[in-house]
This record gives sequence, structure tokens and C-alpha cells, in this order.
Amino acid sequence: MTTILIQGGHLVDPSTGMDERRDLYLRDGRVAALELPGKLNALAKKEKTTIVNATGMVVAPGLVDIHVHLREPGQAYKETIASGTHAAAAGGFTSVCAMPNTSPVNDSPEITRWMQAADRKAVARVFPIAAATLGSRGEAVADCKSLQAAGAVAVSDDGKPILEGSIMLEALVQAGRVGLPVIQHAEDTRVTQGASMNAGALAFRLGLRGMSVDAESGIVERDIELLSRLRKSDPASRAHLHVAHLSTAKALEAVRRAKRSGLHVTCEVAPHHFALTQAAIGDYNTDAKMNPPLRNEEDRAALIGGIMDGTVDAIATDHAPHALHEKEQEFERAPNGIIGLETALGLSLLVLHRQHRMPLTRVLALLSSQPAQLLHLKHRGSLAVGSFADVVLFRPNDDWPFHACESKSKSRNTPFDGWKLPGRIQMTICEGRIVHDARFSAK
Amino acid sequence: MAPFAIAVGWILNGSMPIKRKMSAKKAARITRSAKIAGNGAGNGHSSSSRPLLTLEVSPSISPRNKIAIPQFHGPVPPGFLHPGSAISVSHFTLEDVGRILAEASELEAMPAARRALRYTKRRVALLFYESSTRTRTSFELAAKSLGADTALVSALSSSIEKGESLKDTGITLRSLGAECIILRHPNSGAPYLLARSTGLPILNAGDGSHEHPSQALLDLRTILAHLPPSARTAGKRNHSIGDRALQGVTVTIVGDILHSRVARSNALLLPRLGARVIFCGPEVLLPECAAAIGPGVEIERDFERALKQSNVVMMLRIQKERLAGLEIDLEDYIEQYQLHMQRLAAHAPAAIVLHPGPVIRGLEITGEIADGPNSVVAEQVYHGSIIRMALLARALDAHPKRNEQSSKNR
Repeated sequence: MTTILIQGGHLVDPSTGMDERRDLYLRDGRVAALELPGKLNALAKKEKTTIVNATGMVVAPGLVDIHVHLREPGQAYKETIASGTHAAAAGGFTSVCAMPNTSPVNDSPEITRWMQAADRKAVARVFPIAAATLGSRGEAVADCKSLQAAGAVAVSDDGKPILEGSIMLEALVQAGRVGLPVIQHAEDTRVTQGASMNAGALAFRLGLRGMSVDAESGIVERDIELLSRLRKSDPASRAHLHVAHLSTAKALEAVRRAKRSGLHVTCEVAPHHFALTQAAIGDYNTDAKMNPPLRNEEDRAALIGGIMDGTVDAIATDHAPHALHEKEQEFERAPNGIIGLETALGLSLLVLHRQHRMPLTRVLALLSSQPAQLLHLKHRGSLAVGSFADVVLFRPNDDWPFHACESKSKSRNTPFDGWKLPGRIQMTICEGRIVHDARFSAK
Repeated sequence: MAPFAIAVGWILNGSMPIKRKMSAKKAARITRSAKIAGNGAGNGHSSSSRPLLTLEVSPSISPRNKIAIPQFHGPVPPGFLHPGSAISVSHFTLEDVGRILAEASELEAMPAARRALRYTKRRVALLFYESSTRTRTSFELAAKSLGADTALVSALSSSIEKGESLKDTGITLRSLGAECIILRHPNSGAPYLLARSTGLPILNAGDGSHEHPSQALLDLRTILAHLPPSARTAGKRNHSIGDRALQGVTVTIVGDILHSRVARSNALLLPRLGARVIFCGPEVLLPECAAAIGPGVEIERDFERALKQSNVVMMLRIQKERLAGLEIDLEDYIEQYQLHMQRLAAHAPAAIVLHPGPVIRGLEITGEIADGPNSVVAEQVYHGSIIRMALLARALDAHPKRNEQSSKNR
């Protein structure tokens, strides 16, 4: 198989703490060696290696997104696994975890395997997250063991919460037994009927129904309570609660407290929730409509605080493609969600690294090693020798304009069209294959 | 077919007089297109067949067409809003408000026969996704009294029922020659979507729980008409209305504020003219955050305490169709918030009582109030037709600034 030498770059690997100039040698889809600059040249010559000049670039582990919607099976007009993973590669992601709210819902080993099949022509590794309950109806817990055997890395009813306490408890027990996390979309849908943005003064001004902060934090608190009860009755339980796209200060505080008390609770935050507030809705811009909704400045600041102090375990995009005609509707009728794979690194660098001075290695940890660890994606999110040859090369200080029309996704629904973002991605390598190369990337 | 195609090429070259080579009718069909396709295929060397796609009727056929040619043929530049639109009162400057009021007075004074010549045969579409008596009839008669042709499209008897989107409905109306669309829609913000889809001036006749600008303007005109003559300066010929025009006026808006677009438009407009606005109602229909809508707006939950301070009382209907899950004890509501004679006589005997309609007698107000001397509900309706004429005139006169569009077009 092929070998690649990445030469002259600045290697940042949060999983090992490496933050120095190193040359990286990839062979047979794995990291074969990393040495001081120049030390691998002789080997490269001998093996007729492809040489990539990374001078002036950061060389980091391929990014890991634990929350994407690839829309296959069933909604290929929005996105396919092929187009979605191309967008991932263009955004520096080499591993993406696909949510099960497809059509039909991915609640079976068959669909889980189908999504990973070579025929899907994925260019980044796809890890399916299977439905926690059959059909995501919230009634009967799915067979976690067979789903895991088919390749599922977690279970979730994302898009819908598991409202019934007893079912959620059962899901935590069953998934915990095989070591799978339960990812909860925390929204009390009993009080968010017809809501299309954050509750409060702006929702009142716009005449829109609002989702309250409590609708999110209430479910998070309930789930933590369930987990804590489970821990008391069965101290050996491996149950793991992961809160998806956390958006409020109140829910963050609940997670912070749970972590302090030693419970296995983790959470993720989406770039749009730390980059934007509800003001982005403007004159009913449906590209600023998502669930959970954009919140106010206090919540945004709290999320950044939670990212800085380590309460937040991962940045995940909630990449949610929708066709143009679906977003070109009345605000209340338009579907929730935005695409996010190609802007995640740029927004993280802009807001966290540049505006809030978070060290680059910590930003990258939130986008690679930590999410990989969270879902037990072995040998991902790391450039240690023996890891998968998943690499991203980018120029951290090269600001570039993001144009939605140039997205590799099938959809264009993003509020970040025209934004200038730092960190132009030069190349993405997934398991030793160059899957994105800015030099050849057609418009 | 060949000579025809060549002729198009000539026009683009600008080198061949049209009339000599083809019939006037044929020429008429393509002169417009040359202008439109001009920037894309201007040199004419290789484009002899392309402009055929954009053939259109020439304005020379009848004078009417000069006006009826839609201002946009394709996608509207992002962020574009036609200056003749009236979607939110927050878009109006005080000067705009003064000009609308002045125009209203001018049209009111004009003989009907002259008024009918003002916009003869201009086309106005009424697009109604929600039922309406007052607003629809008022807009329709206003348009007709200005001489315009109107077409009414309502959700239940059109292709909307078959699933046609608002965008496509708007484009269809534009293609049929509509120069202005009056929209009522159950979803807040829908007029923006229609404005972005068509590039036409949109008059918001009520969108969800968002705004109802013509109602706020007619309420303003009604209130101004009841100010003592010494204070009445607004809407005169000099177009000016100052930020003190409603100085000393306290307007209490009572009832289902949460779902009321009338309350929002009034609360955004009246304080800018110096009025104090008090929102009054129970928590479930009036959340605390409502006061944050703008300066000069406050909340008073005790109706009688609010009444004592009021010169103007605006009563609102409970919008059962929008309650969706909220629970209200009607008996309790009536007990606390119904306006009846005793209450009015005891606390605000001199106040005028407004209601945007429809009135549910026996719920928010009693029949005696509705028919009583304080009620100006019928006057409101009258002012509505005048204000709507002024808004239509503004919409049909306004021209989008071409350079403004292109600068926004990336």
C-alpha cells in the first residue's frame, strides 16, 4: 500500500501532548513514524513515498464529529453518505458519527451495516449511532448488543428526546451493559409544541413561540437523576449519559454538578451555539433556525465558559442538511438545522482560539481526541504511532471566506455564508488516503 | 425560423433598425428582451439564439404595460426589501409616518372620481391565508377607490390547498402583473419571505402574532382625531409628525397581548410619538418579557389601576385559534379584564375605547361599551380605509433604487 511523508509541518497532537515540528510517516493506513524534521527522508526515498510539504501548516489528527445527519437512507435529496463525508473531508473531519433519524430510522443491525458498506462511497469513516428505542418512538429499547456488533458506537433518539423516565432508565441500563453511551437530545417536547426559537423577549417581539431554557435543562436534570439512581442500585454499571448539543447555561451547570459528583455524564456543544446568538434570526432567517435554538448572549458566554473549564467534552456540529425549498418557507414551517462540517474548525479557531485565547492544542482536543475517546473510537483522533492515518493539514493564520455555494454538501443551509474564518484546510487524509486537497479542490 | 433568430442578433448589435426587417408585432415581442438579456449576451456575436428564452411583450403595445412589467424577473437580491413595503412599523421613520398620514388626508379630501384616476388599472393582489372581514374589505375597497384592479387569492380556494408554496404563489401573482401584494398569513414573518421571493412591495395585513402595521397607523389616526384641536398638528401638509405628537397620551392595551400583532405594532409605533403604552392582562396572555419590546412600554396587571391612567383603551380579543395548549379560565378573565360600563365610568370616563375587531361581545367588552359613547370602533374602520389608500399609494409610487440592489448582490 501507499506511503505518505508529511514534511516540515508543525505537529499538534492533543492525545500525546505533542506540539512541535515533526515529520509524519504514514504507511498502510496507519501512522508509521514521527521524527524530527528530515530524519525520515532517507526512508521516504527508499520506499518511493508521496511527499507532502507541510511548511507553515499545522499537522493534526483528523477531526472527529460525533453528531452529524447524513440523511441516508431515505433522504438523499438533502445529503448522501458520499456527499456528507466529502463535506466532512473538506472540513478536516475523518470520522463522523451519523445520527439514526433517517428514513427508515436506523434501529437495526442491517441498516447500521448498510450505512458502513463500501457502496456508500464514503470518504471519511462513518460510525453509525443507532436508535435507542425502536423506531425512535420512545416505547421499547432497541437491542443494543446486536447494534453494537454491527458497528453502532452509541444509541440515541436524536431529534426526539426519550421522555419516559422508565424507558430512559432502561436504555441507560441496556446500553451500559455493552458499554455504549446513550446520547440524549434534551428537550421536553411536551412544552415546546410549535416553538421555533429561544423563548424570551425576542421571541415575543417576532411573534414566535419560544422554547424555554427549562425545556432543555429539565430533561438533563431528570436524566442525571436517573443515572445517579442507577449508580446507587448498581455501582458496577457502565451506564454513560451524553448530552447532545447542549445550549443553555442551566443545563451546563447541571452537567458540571453531575461531573463533580463522579457520574459518567458528558456533553457536546455545537459551533453555532458558541458563535451566534438568537439575534442571527434577524428578519426570520430560516438558516438561523435550529433545535436547540440559538440562545441569548448569557447562554453563549456560559457555553464558552464551559468549554474553557473542561465541562464540555467535545465540539460536535449537528450537521443537518436541508434542501433549499425546505428552508425557503415560512419560519415556523421550515425544518430545524444547518450544515456545519466545513465551518466547525474555522469557527472554533475564531471564537475559542482567537477571541478567547484557548491554546490550539485544546481546541483540537475538543475536535478530535476527546470526542474519539468519548465514543471509544479506537486509534482515532490521535497521531501516536499505530493510530489510523487520519490527518488534517491547515494554515491556522490563513483567513478564508466560506461560501455556501462552494460547499461539498448537497445542501446550502448555513448562517455563515460569507464569513471569514481562520484555518484554511489544505489537506485531509483518511486512513492513508488523501480525501481532500485544497490544491485540486474544484469550486 | 432563421430570419427571426438573425433579427434578434441585430437588435443585440444595435445596428439594424427593427421595423424595416420585421412586422411591428414581432418587433414588439422582442424589444424588451434585448434590454434584459443585454448584459449577458451583449456583444451579440455568438448569442443569436439565446435571447429567445426571455422574449416578452413590448411596452409599446399599450401604455398600461409600461407600469405592469414586473420589476424583477429572476431571483431577488439577498436582503432586498422594496421601499414601498409595509411589513413592520419599525421600518417607518417618523417622516414616513407623517407622509403616510398626510397622504391619507389628501386622499380623504379628494373627490372620489378624481381619486379613481390615480392608479387606474394598476394591479394589486390580495393574498389571504387567514380569514378576515375588515382588513380584507378595507384594503380591497381602498385599492378600488384608487382605480386599481384587485385580485383576491385565499388559501382555501386556490392552489395553496394543493400545496403550492408561498414563494411560488407570490411569483405567480407577480407574473400575472401584480405590482403590490397585500398579505395576511398565520405565520409570523411570512411577508419577509414573500418580499424576498418577489421583490414587490408587500403590505402586511397581519402575519401570525408579529405585526399589523396598517392597524397601528389607523389606530394612530383615530387617536389623533380625538386629541384636542390645539394638539392636532400631525399629518398636515408639511408631512411632519414629531416625537411629541402624542405627548401626555396613555394607551392601555388589554387582553391577549401574547398573540396580538395589533398590540405589537401599536407598542412599537405609539411610544415613538410620545405616548405611554401600558400592557394589561394575565401572565398567561402577557409574559413579563413583553415590556422589553421597546421604550415607553410597561406592564400593569391590575386593569382598574391601568384604566385610571388611560386616555385610550384598546381592547383585544382572546385568540382562541392561537392558544394551542394555553389554558384560560374565561369566567375569571371576564371578572378581571372585561371592560364594562361601571368599570369605565368609575376609572376612565373620558377615555376612548378602541378595538381592532372582531369584537366578541360579552367577553372582552360588553355590548353597552361597544355601542356606547366612548367606543370609536366604527371610526377605526373608517380610518382604516383611508390609511390603506395611503399605504397603497406609497407602495405603487415607490421605486426600488437600482444601485442599492446591486450593492447588496454579491
